[in-house]
Parts: sequence; C-alpha cells; structure tokens
Amino acid sequence: MGSTLVAPAVADAPALERPHRTPRARLEWIAVHSLAVGLALLFVLPFVFLLLTSLMSDHQALTTDLWPRTWRVQNYVDVLRADGFLTWWKNSLEYAVLGTVLTLLSSIPVAYALARFRFRLRRLALTVVIATMMLPPQVVIVPMYLVWARQLHLDGTLWPLIIPMAFGDAYSIFLLRQFLLTIPSEYVDAARVDGCGELRTLLRVVLPMARPAVVAVGLFQFFYCWNDYFGPQIYASENPSAWTLSYGLETFKGAHHANWNLAMAATILVMAPVVIIFFFAQKAFVEGVTLTGVKG
Amino acid sequence: MVILAFLSPWLIGTTVFFVYPLLSTVWFSFLHYDQITPATWVGLRNWTYVLTEYDGFWQALRNTLWFVAAMVTSRVVFGIGLGLLVTKVKTGTRTFRTLFYLPYLAPPVAATIAFAFLLNPGTGAVNTILGAVGIPTPGWFNDEHWAKPALTLLALWGVGDLMVIFMAALLDVPRELYEAAELDGAGAVRRFRWVTLPMIRPIVLFAVVTGVIQTMQYYTQAVVAGKVASGIVDAPGTSFEPGYPHGSTLTLPQLVYSLGFQRFDTGSACVVALVLFALAMAFTSLLLRRRAGLLGED
Repeated sequence: MGSTLVAPAVADAPALERPHRTPRARLEWIAVHSLAVGLALLFVLPFVFLLLTSLMSDHQALTTDLWPRTWRVQNYVDVLRADGFLTWWKNSLEYAVLGTVLTLLSSIPVAYALARFRFRLRRLALTVVIATMMLPPQVVIVPMYLVWARQLHLDGTLWPLIIPMAFGDAYSIFLLRQFLLTIPSEYVDAARVDGCGELRTLLRVVLPMARPAVVAVGLFQFFYCWNDYFGPQIYASENPSAWTLSYGLETFKGAHHANWNLAMAATILVMAPVVIIFFFAQKAFVEGVTLTGVKG
Repeated sequence: MVILAFLSPWLIGTTVFFVYPLLSTVWFSFLHYDQITPATWVGLRNWTYVLTEYDGFWQALRNTLWFVAAMVTSRVVFGIGLGLLVTKVKTGTRTFRTLFYLPYLAPPVAATIAFAFLLNPGTGAVNTILGAVGIPTPGWFNDEHWAKPALTLLALWGVGDLMVIFMAALLDVPRELYEAAELDGAGAVRRFRWVTLPMIRPIVLFAVVTGVIQTMQYYTQAVVAGKVASGIVDAPGTSFEPGYPHGSTLTLPQLVYSLGFQRFDTGSACVVALVLFALAMAFTSLLLRRRAGLLGED
C-alpha cells in the first residue's frame, strides 16, 4: 500500500484528474477503506452485542443466542428501579460535578502562574507537578486512608475524594499550562500596560482565549471522577448509599450474577452519559487529547 | 506575592496530599501496624518479608512488568497503525475517527464487565463466533494463560487516545518530505521507516513513557475482570483474592490494596507501595530528561 499522504506522481495522473482515477490509486482506496470498515466493525461490535443482550429475556441471556427473540425494554426500567441505582447515579454526578468545578477553580491560577511568571524554583515546581501526575494513587493511599478514616472520620463518604480537588490537580495544571504557553504574551503585556491586575488579566484576557483548553480539561476531570473505581472502593465500599455508579455497577453485576441482561442494561446506562456528552463535545475531546501529546 | 497567591492552593495540596503521605508511607514501612492495636517498630522486617518470603510480591511484579511490556508495545504499534489508516481514509474520516475513539471513553468498569461477558467461555459471543468458524476457543478470563492476553485485548479496544495523538502527529509531517523521498524512489515501507518514523519519534517516546506509567497503575480492569469471571460476590467485609485465576492478573497496585485493606498489614502494603513508587519515578525521570520536548520552550 502506498501512502496517500503523498501527492500522486505527475506522470500517472493528468493535472485535472482526481487521484483515485488511476487503477493503482483506486485499488489502494478500496484496500484502505475495507480495512477501515472491518476494523470499525470490530470496535463497534462489543457495543452492539451489549445492546442486544440488554434487551433479551432473563433466560435467553444465558444462552449462546446473539439476537434477542423478544425485545425486553422493561430490563432498563428494572435496572433503574433496582436498589440503590438512582442513588449511585446521584452520587456519581455529585462527585463528578463538584470535583470538576473545584479542580478548575484551583488549577487555573496555578497553571497561569507556571506558564506566565518567571520565578526561582519554577523548574522545581514543574518537576513536582509532573512527578505527582505520574504517581500511582496506590503509593500514598495507606496513610491517606488512615487520616481521612481514622482521624477525620470521613470514611463511608466521597468527601476524601472531592476535598483534595480544591487544591489543584497535577494533570489538569499540566495540560492547562501547556495550552497557556501557546497564547502570545503580547495580549498579556497589553493588558498590563492598560493597568490590569494579574487576576483581572487572567479572568478577562487569558481565560476567554483558553476556553477550549478549559472545556477539555473539565471534561477529562468529569470523566475521571465518573469512571473512578479505586477511590470509591477505598473510602465508600462499606456504605452502599455513598457508592458511585462505577463502583455500584460491579457490585450490581455481582448481586444479579445470573441476569446478564440486567447487568448489560446497567452497563449501557453507565456508558450512556459518557457517549452523549462526547457527541456534544467531540471537538473539545479531540483537541484535549491532542494537547496531551503534541503541544510543546 | 501575587505568584505565591496564585500557587497557594497547589502548594498546600502538594504538601498535604503528596509530600506528607509519601513520608508517612516510608515511616509506616518500618512499623508493624494492624490498624487496631498500636504500631510497633520492626525495622526492616516488612522489607525482608515482602522481598524474600512473600511469593505474591514477585508474582505481582512479574505480572506488572508483563502488562507494561505487552500493553504498551501493542497499544503504541496499533495506535500508529490506526492513526495511519485514518489519515489515509478519504471518505468518512470523521466517522471512522469517532468509532475508533469511542471505546476509549467507555468507563473502565463497564468496558471490563462487557468484555467479561463477551469473552465468557461458555456463552460469550466471541467464543460462539470462533466456535462456529472452527477456531479453538480459549477460556479467556478464566484461564491463567489467557487472562492477561484478554486484558490486553481490552486495552487495545481503548486505543483511541493514542490514535488521535498519532493522527495529529502524522498530519504534521511536511508533505515535501514524502515527495522528496518518492522522487528518490523510496517505496511505502522505506518512506515510513526513514521519513514518518523519525518525524513522529518524540510522540512515540511520549506515548511509550506515559503508557508505561499508566500501566504500572493498572488496577480497575484486572480487579473487575477477576471478580466477574470468578463469580465471587464482593459484598463489604468479604474478601475477593485479587489476581484470579491463580494470581495471573495480580498487579502491584492490587497487592497494595490487598495487603493494606484486606489483610491490614499496613507495613507490608507500604513496602509494596514504595517499590511501585521507585519504578514509577525511574520512568518519570526518563520523561523529564526529555523535558525540552515535553515542557515547551523553557
């Protein structure tokens, strides 16, 4: 397969002819697109099988059948009515919304300072940000748990997960800083000349320009909280009324171990918000992911 | 002063949630503490126990390194491949990109339960289809030889983040370079080897290092797959032994959890945590040495 990144050789294709008119280019077009369609099918099939199983009867879900004989939408109603499910939904939303808002409020000024100000120990500060970003949460979990649970008695709640987010999140700080570096300093300088204080410069000049990055970081943080399993397992596992959807889903599966149809309906219900938000904010996601790898 | 004000939330956070617990972890690693009776100083006893007497540690370390090697390599190679494919697709590029990206967003618990269901040896769709075509059907999450490959498949399904990163990097390669290479008579393979690869090298390095560090934190998928496949209900107070089947999916982060929160052997849990820390920091320093590329003009 030749690379279509390369312009077709002039000798093969008259200037006005579309590239895939040449036999070789047409073959290549077919090969590339069939490979893409085949792979896309593999990527989508798990979702399709989930959806199909979630609509089967209790009995059929235990067989090797791939296609539902009856379409049982009632499964979804059963899941939503199951013990705790709506509570977990509420807890997840609370954790994710509070976590995201606090993270943005606390991380934006830090990222701004690290991107714009020159000061001694700046390199050290950056190194610490990256080190915390790379730190597996399990490294510090034992003493953290002992403080939250034994001294502050906040086990059985999600507060030990939410409160730290009011003190900056290394990953968000890093991403925001990377983006802020790309804003030309002339804008900031102009604001300063006009007598803008640092806080006003940040709020009125920099933040509006950094909106795509703020949205991307906010979405990442929202999904980090929504998907978190380890945190709720450590702090909330003993109190089912504080479980989140991610943690509850796994126990839901355990409690309904014979009902794959219900488990799959629940699984779909946990995935749904993520997929829906993604379709509304696709651009922000792609920009955000690109930011992690390419900028700088 | 302004700088200090801007940095203050993070300065407090780093001290309270990073420096303090890290130092405590070191301190606890020299104590015997079951979280009920008062702690006693035992010197290096926890260290010698974990490193020389406790087989679970070496098993977890081996598994963790297996995951790091297999998942990072296959994800990066597959990510580059998908990135290339999507940049070459001329019709429906956006649709393909979306379809390949979506699984990455699926919540890990949901994705793992889905895979445990689809790969379930008796009635799962994958073995049903493989059996129909006449391919031998593995036991996947229920077979100690197949559990790690099954988790790797799950990680490959979520390769969308790398695809997007590589796509952006590939589109940044100047077209003139390809034209020049083609004029010199370079075929597709040689163009990839001598033009594409050198140009995207920094991104490959970035993907490898961050992949290594993410994989060292590998936890949720392994725990959930083990629980669902073994059918052990994890109600509060009961203990699911992580690593099902036969410790084949036990990783260092799971060992920290198991030692610290199931066996209440705080000291040993902290020893494992510190080994994990040393490994993670070794790889992070590799990344920091490339800081010029990572941190921007500094």
